[in-house]
Amino acid sequence: MAKSIDVSGVDIFYGTFKAVEDVSMTIEPRSVTAFIGPSGCGKSTVLRTLNRMHEVIPGARVEGKILLDGEDIYGSNVDPVNVRRTIGMVFQKPNPFPTMSIYDNVAAGLRLTSRKVGHEQVESALRGAGLWEEVKDRLSKPGIGLSGGQQQRLCIARALAVEPDVLLMDEPASALDPISTLKIEELVQELKARVTIAIVTHNMQQAARVADQTAFMLDGELVEVGPTEKIFTNPDDHRTEEYVTGKFG
Amino acid sequence: MAVSAEPRTGVPTPGPSLRGRTLPTYALPGFAVAAVLLTLLLWATTGFAGRAGFVVFALLLFVALQTLVSFGVEGRRQAVNRLFTTLVTVAFLIALTPLVLIVWYTVKEGAGAISDHFLTHSMFRVDPSEPGGGIYHAIVGTLIQTALATVIAAPLGVLAAIYLVEYGAGRRFARAVSFFVDVMTGVPSIVAGLFIYAFWILALGFQKSGFAGSLALLILMLPVIIRSTEEMLKIVPNDLREASYALGVPKWRTILRVVLPTAIGGIVTGIMLGVARIMGETAPLLLLVGINQRIEFNPFAGTAEQVPQESLPTFIFEQFQLAAGNTDSEPFQRAWGAALVLIVIIGLLSAVARLIARFARVRG
Repeated sequence: MAKSIDVSGVDIFYGTFKAVEDVSMTIEPRSVTAFIGPSGCGKSTVLRTLNRMHEVIPGARVEGKILLDGEDIYGSNVDPVNVRRTIGMVFQKPNPFPTMSIYDNVAAGLRLTSRKVGHEQVESALRGAGLWEEVKDRLSKPGIGLSGGQQQRLCIARALAVEPDVLLMDEPASALDPISTLKIEELVQELKARVTIAIVTHNMQQAARVADQTAFMLDGELVEVGPTEKIFTNPDDHRTEEYVTGKFG
Repeated sequence: MAVSAEPRTGVPTPGPSLRGRTLPTYALPGFAVAAVLLTLLLWATTGFAGRAGFVVFALLLFVALQTLVSFGVEGRRQAVNRLFTTLVTVAFLIALTPLVLIVWYTVKEGAGAISDHFLTHSMFRVDPSEPGGGIYHAIVGTLIQTALATVIAAPLGVLAAIYLVEYGAGRRFARAVSFFVDVMTGVPSIVAGLFIYAFWILALGFQKSGFAGSLALLILMLPVIIRSTEEMLKIVPNDLREASYALGVPKWRTILRVVLPTAIGGIVTGIMLGVARIMGETAPLLLLVGINQRIEFNPFAGTAEQVPQESLPTFIFEQFQLAAGNTDSEPFQRAWGAALVLIVIIGLLSAVARLIARFARVRG
């Protein structure tokens, strides 16, 4: 069940340093939203606040409202652990658990959250991540024995296995070769039928290829958000235009 | 700065070829032989004497010879390189010497005492000055006391390290604890013994016992385990913790199922380091346990009828005193035998720890 995310007036801090200021935007269910912008602009930070991963860093905090289908994920009685079970995440660097086999890596999300895990769930998660055919004969082999691209798809399978409503991807293809990148992008297109996807990327072409909606950030400010085609062809803000046409960044 | 056009002196002008003159491979052994022969000659013809002086003089001569010849033939850079290579090698050998000597000497002195009888009998009703008797009671005591200390210190130490790395990171309290752990690493073993004596025996009124010794040992062991576990947990990549959190796994489970398994090899090694550290401790055991000739399996034994456990370090100390400087006496032999057994036990435990660490290590 894909869900929508409503961000309104969000400020994000590292200690006393305000990294991101006053972000407001809506992410529609069953859509792909891309965050673009130069390094250090705060796009990863915004992504990490969407499933309360930001506060894992000591001293980090968030002000403002983020609604998941109308429910504030920063509400007073909300358990961040439950938020993360609903909103999954894939990181820049593939990070399969090194002590676990391929099978156990996929099963980890369910097992470590005290849920039963069956072979079908592992298989369907691996199929969902487009990895099943490549690993079905070596499920008991260690996850870190796979190639970089396979590892990243293993991480996607691991995130999918817990059946999240939203999937956040933090530059999921930036450490991968073009073929693996292509596979991840195709995967994103398939997955958006089931889950809402937000993806941070350095690669503007990638944003143009996969995203329905694109958000451009600069120096901790959300400069502009809109349909991808508009952002890349006819943006409202001159800074967006300069960035997407390659004048800076 | 003006660039001088003149070729620098002292350095052979590099020709168009990349190759320069080098010393043949037999040069170094040749210098060594020459240095020894020259020193021999000097010792035979002049007033120089003494074995230590001989070694030092020959060594210096060797270093001087090869550096000077290399400077003449190969140039400054190679000469400096050879000089420092030799110095580093010599420093390494010097550092290694005492270690090798200790092991060699213990084996030489102790091997004669080892026998089936020695390993399986106690000193009960044995006249120390006569042949016979053994260290079974001391082995039993050392193993039990060390095991008790480890069983208490290992979970405490690992949990404390988990607090410091996973929960306390950056907080003032954690920094203070970390500081005191460092201080505790340097606590002399006799001080740990005195503390337990004051606390356990004087204040709480317990008798001397193997367990009292274990308490002092665990104080010595704890900081070693905390420190090494802390270091191992710190090198677990943060990516793994985040990956787990992002799946909605609670923190405690992340630590238990992701962080600890990843670091387990190093943690086990750290615990074994701690074991090796305490197994040979003598001072606190002399203070808190005492001497016994009989086999005593109960670490809590400590009454007039039940004398506390013996242990290998206290046994060595006792026998050495009985020997009273007589190196041919039976007690002296037994002391070396016990020392050898102690070293072998520590070596075996370290080997087992290495094996465990290898099997538990990250696969792939």
